Amino acid sequence: MATLAPGLETTPPAEVQEAQRSAEVASQWKLMWWKFRKDKLAVVGSVVVLFFYTMAAFAEFFAPKSPEFFNPQYVFAPPQPVYFFLDGRWDPFVYGLKFERDPVSLKKTWSIDYNTRIPWGFFVKGEPYKILGLIPGDTHLFGPKNPKDPFYLLGADKSGRDMLSRIIHAARISLTVGLVGVFLSLIIGVTIGGISGLLGGVVDVVIQRIIEIVNSVPSLPLMMALAAVVPPGTPPVQVYVVITIILALLSWTGMARVVRGRFLALREEDFILAARLDGASRSRLIFRHMVPSFLSHIIASITISIPYMILSETGLSFLGIGLRPPVVSWGVMLRDSQQIATVVNYPWLLLPAAAVVIFVLAMNFLGNGLRDAADPYAN
Amino acid sequence: MWKFMLRRLSYAVVAIFVISLVSFAVIQLPPGDYVTDMINRMRLAGGKLDPEFEQRMREVYGFDQPMIVQYAKWMSNILTRGEFGYSFVYKRDAGEMIMERLPTTAVMVLGAVMLTWSIALPLGVYAAVHKYSILDYGAGFIGFFGLAVPSFILAIIVLYFTYRAFGRATIGLFSPEYVDAPWSLAKLLDLLRNMWVPALLAAVTGIGALTQTMRANLLDELNKPYVNTARAKGLSESRLLWKYPVRHALNPFVSTIGWLLPALVAGDVIISIVLNLPTAGSMLYAALLQQDQYVAAGFILLLSTLTVIGTLISDLLLAWLDPRIRLS
Repeated sequence: MATLAPGLETTPPAEVQEAQRSAEVASQWKLMWWKFRKDKLAVVGSVVVLFFYTMAAFAEFFAPKSPEFFNPQYVFAPPQPVYFFLDGRWDPFVYGLKFERDPVSLKKTWSIDYNTRIPWGFFVKGEPYKILGLIPGDTHLFGPKNPKDPFYLLGADKSGRDMLSRIIHAARISLTVGLVGVFLSLIIGVTIGGISGLLGGVVDVVIQRIIEIVNSVPSLPLMMALAAVVPPGTPPVQVYVVITIILALLSWTGMARVVRGRFLALREEDFILAARLDGASRSRLIFRHMVPSFLSHIIASITISIPYMILSETGLSFLGIGLRPPVVSWGVMLRDSQQIATVVNYPWLLLPAAAVVIFVLAMNFLGNGLRDAADPYAN
Repeated sequence: MWKFMLRRLSYAVVAIFVISLVSFAVIQLPPGDYVTDMINRMRLAGGKLDPEFEQRMREVYGFDQPMIVQYAKWMSNILTRGEFGYSFVYKRDAGEMIMERLPTTAVMVLGAVMLTWSIALPLGVYAAVHKYSILDYGAGFIGFFGLAVPSFILAIIVLYFTYRAFGRATIGLFSPEYVDAPWSLAKLLDLLRNMWVPALLAAVTGIGALTQTMRANLLDELNKPYVNTARAKGLSESRLLWKYPVRHALNPFVSTIGWLLPALVAGDVIISIVLNLPTAGSMLYAALLQQDQYVAAGFILLLSTLTVIGTLISDLLLAWLDPRIRLS
């Protein structure tokens, strides 16, 4: 409107008026959704994140093989290129693999065998499984038609296990470390931040100093120290729990800051004052009036801290002081690429890193979109 | 200003004290200690051991005393004599070992800070002034990727390409003739020549984030009326930009060193493990794995202290730049 000369100003068309009227009465969450929807990157990010979590939940179905399935014959087999059409007809296949042995070093050199074709398809029968130990089945989203055929779309690792299947299964561990860790740090952060913002005064000052101290500690050395404390031979589940607790203990400060800031800002708001004058009790003030209005901020900061958790877990496991085999996480898989000689010969061992990067990127886009949408009344 | 400095200084002292307690406690957490480890190894070697021997070793090392006593002893030795204890694995003075590695780390982290600033500042300014240009998108891209790609992966990729290009997979910090040489100006210059690759690897995350901060800050400032006023008065565009809004936007820039330093130390630690650099990270890692407690605790304490001091300096700098902060 601003570009039009004053005399040319007209009333907006009916549908615009309609939109304006509905914007005036739309709920906070609806406004947020409208704002979020406009951020294309965030929408793409949320689709990718959703895809990853679905894949993690139904890993047994999405992966052609189980993570433990190994074939010593195909140690370090290279990725097989995928074909969908044969002579213009829909007939998905990959070429077979063959190797030559170096007569001196006895090292296998793999190459693609263009004489054998391995047919594959969607919804094929393969290894039986139980999704999350509950839902039995033996259909895999895709896989070789003959389960005995080699099928390594992303290559094989040092025991001849399928990298693709392992990456899919590892998502389950890597992604839940993020979720559980964030949940723990949420509890700590909201409690401490809430106390700090609500009580104010000396308590607030002390808590703020504690947060500053925790923030000034370089977290990686401390994380390494804490993780190295877990004795070898500890059951995998316990290691998992300890690692997530460590991650949470060092990352609740961001959450606490957000909550405290919101509490301080909200205390001055008119509607809080009105509720207080109306005789609302303290707990009603907090849970009925304050929490709903900063819930969106909390959700946004949760999404922002999940990538941090996942990157930390990957780093620790890569160093061998995080999760340990037989647990399969992206970091545990990347441990195989610690030796540069291995990476040079078998670069596909680095592929779990690609999964990490894609997921973290998507999560960051989603988080940024949510953060911008969290305050729909700004601007 | 003095009052402000004093207050900040006391926070820093408290922070360092708490960190020292935590780092010492953490190192003590694993079940058993170095003596248990030693006895086990001796047993495996087939020696017959007298239980009194174990007891005596514990007394020699002071492990039979409560933790708080051990901590007090450790701390007082550091404060009064600058002694960090003893490395059980290398049979050497732990302080000496730490001091061999720490200067390299300090130089590298400092280099990474310089690198972060000298890239992020001009890039952020450019991205803000030329909004939606190719370089702006490029900077945004680096920002997002810097946050998403773990630095150790970058290190592996760099190693991979150096191997492909030169047939060797080593990125050293020193030329061969300086590796074992004592510290000198020539050695320092040699380090500065060689360290830019690891320093850049450690800095990538910070560069991405800081460029975006600078861009956002400057965009906020550019919309303010004083910019229009200056422009209306006929100031040249570049003079106007650098003299007013950039200076304003710099404030949060200085304060970010508070999180930049811990991040860079962490980046340096993991990169030095992957590239096997002779800095604090790789030695801390080895010490942690071998339960060499005084070396590990000393490293954590000193790395954290350096970070706290860095943050303190940035706080003071900020207060000096911006009177609103020291007066509030």
